[in-house]
Amino acid sequence: MGRLAQLRPAARKYGRLLGLQLRVSLLAGMQYRWDFLAQGAMQLVWLGMSALPLLIAYKARAAAQGGTLTTTDISGWGFYPAAMVFGFFCLLKAVLDGAVNPSLLSVIDQIRKGTLDFVLLKPADAQFLVSTARFEPWHVIDAAGALALIALAVHRQHMTTGAALPGGLQLGAAAVLLCCSVLMLYAVWLLVICAAFYVVRIDNLSYLFSSLFDFARWPRAVFRGALQVVFTYFLPLTVMTSFPADALLGRLRPWQAAWAVAIAAGLLWLSRRVWRRAIASYTSASS
Amino acid sequence: MSAPPPGAPRRFEKLALSLKAYPTLLRIGLAEAVAYRTEMLVWMLTLTMPLVSMVLWSSAAQGARLGPERLGSAELTAYFLITLLLRLLTGSWVLWQVSEDIRSGTLGQRLLRPVSPLVVYTAEQLAPLPLRAALVLPLSLGLLATQARAQLTSDPWLITGFVLALPGAWAINFLTMVLLGMMAFYIDSAAGLFYAWMGLYTLFSGYLMPLSLFPLWLQKVSDVLPFRYMLDTPVKMLLGWPIAGGARDTALGRGQALTSLGIEYAYVAVLALLVVLLWRRGLRRFAAFGA
Repeated sequence: MGRLAQLRPAARKYGRLLGLQLRVSLLAGMQYRWDFLAQGAMQLVWLGMSALPLLIAYKARAAAQGGTLTTTDISGWGFYPAAMVFGFFCLLKAVLDGAVNPSLLSVIDQIRKGTLDFVLLKPADAQFLVSTARFEPWHVIDAAGALALIALAVHRQHMTTGAALPGGLQLGAAAVLLCCSVLMLYAVWLLVICAAFYVVRIDNLSYLFSSLFDFARWPRAVFRGALQVVFTYFLPLTVMTSFPADALLGRLRPWQAAWAVAIAAGLLWLSRRVWRRAIASYTSASS
Repeated sequence: MSAPPPGAPRRFEKLALSLKAYPTLLRIGLAEAVAYRTEMLVWMLTLTMPLVSMVLWSSAAQGARLGPERLGSAELTAYFLITLLLRLLTGSWVLWQVSEDIRSGTLGQRLLRPVSPLVVYTAEQLAPLPLRAALVLPLSLGLLATQARAQLTSDPWLITGFVLALPGAWAINFLTMVLLGMMAFYIDSAAGLFYAWMGLYTLFSGYLMPLSLFPLWLQKVSDVLPFRYMLDTPVKMLLGWPIAGGARDTALGRGQALTSLGIEYAYVAVLALLVVLLWRRGLRRFAAFGA
C-alpha cells in the first residue's frame, strides 16, 4: 500500500516528462515541414519497395505451380498472412527508427563527448531521460502505412479465404504481443548501447543490429534448422513479427504468448541491470 | 592565377609522379585498413541483405521452379551467395569521404599534395581490398564449394568474363559514389541523394532477386540502367545463366557476356569522364569560397 502511494506521483511526474520530451521533438521536427513530408514520403516509397520481393516471390511461385496468389503458400504461409508479418515488421521498424534509435544513438555521442554528465545530474532516472531524448516524428507516416498494410492484409485474407475477421480477443492479443515486441526491441537496443560505455566506437555495432533486424520481415516458417532456433529463442526476431500475425489469424498458441511475454520481461530486466552496471562504471569525461 | 597554364609536358610529369607514388599510397591505405580491422569486420557483417533474400527465395522455390530460367532452391542459393561475395568485394563508400572532405574543407589539404585527390581516393579505396578478400574469400569459397558447387559454370570463357567484369563493377560503384559525393560542392547534404541512389541500386542491380524474376516492364527498365552490371550480370556469368534471356547455351552465353562486358566498360568510361570534368568545375567553386 505504501509503495503504491509512492508510485502514483512518480508515474505522474514521468508521464509529464514524457509529454514534454515528445513536444520538444515534435516542435523541432515541425520546424522543417517540407522535410517532414519528404521524409515521410521517402519512407512510404521504401515500404513499397521492400514489399516487392514478397509479392514477386509469391507470384513467381504461383506461376510455377499454376495457382493464384491466394492459393499459393511458402513454407505453409499464405500471401496475406506473410503480408501481415511484413506489416508488423514495417511497424516495428518505424518505431525503431522513430522512437528508439534516435534517442539511444545520441547517448553514444554524449558518452564520447562527456556531456552525459549533465544528464546524470538531472533529478530524474537517467535511463528514462536518455530513452526519451529524441523522437523523429515523420515516422508516424510510415507507421500509419504499415498499419494500413496490416488492415488490408487482414481484410483480403477474410475476403479470399473466408477466414473470420479477428475478434476482440485476437486484436487484444495482437496488441499485447506488439507491445512485447517494442519492449524487446528497446531492451536489445539498450544492451547494444551499453557496450558504448566500454568500447568507444560503436556506430558500426548499431548498424549490425539494424541489419540483423531485417531478417524479421519474413514469416517464421521460412527459417529452418539453426536459424529458426536462434531467431525464436536467442535473438527473438520471429517472435517480434510472426507472433502478432499468428494472433490476428487466431492461431496463436498459449505457449507462444507466454514465451513472448516472458522474453520481453526477461530482456527488459537484463537491460536494466546492465544499464545500471554500465552507469556505475562510467567515469565521465574528466576522470 | 600565378601558376602557369598546364601544358602537355607538365601533365605528363604529373602522371609519372602519380604512378610513382601509387604503390606507397596503396601501402598506407592497407596499413590503415589493418589498423581498423575490427570495424571493417563488423561493417562486413552488416551486409545481411543477400542472406535475408536467400532465406525467402530458397523457401519460395521449394518444390517449384521459378521464372523463365526455372530456378530451384539450389540455383537461388548460389545466386545470393555470389551476390554477397560481389557486394563485399566491389562495394565502395567513398561518397562519405568525398563529401566530408569538401564540406569540412580538408579537401584543401589534399589539394596541396602533388598527386590529384581523385587518384588518392582510388588508392584509399583499392588498398583495403586484399584484406577484405582475405576475410571474405575463405568462408564464401567454402560455402560455394559445399552449397553451390554444381551451379557454377565450367566454361573457362565465362569464368574469364566474370573475372573481367569485377574491376568494371568496382569502378562503376566507385565512380558513382564519387559523383554523388561531389554534389557537396553544390548542396549541403548528399544524404538524400545517397538514399535515393541506394534505393535504385537495391532495386535494379539484382540485389533483391535475380532480375529475370521481375515483371517484364521492370526488366526493361533495368536493362537500360547501369546498376545491373554491378551485380546481376557478373553473377549470371559465373553461374552460366543467360544474361539477356533465352536458353542456357554456352555459345550464346559467351556472346551475351562479351556484349555486356562492352556495355559495362562503356559505362565506366562515361562515368570516369563525367567525374573528371565535374571535379574540375567543382574545384573552381571550392576555391571560390575557400580562399
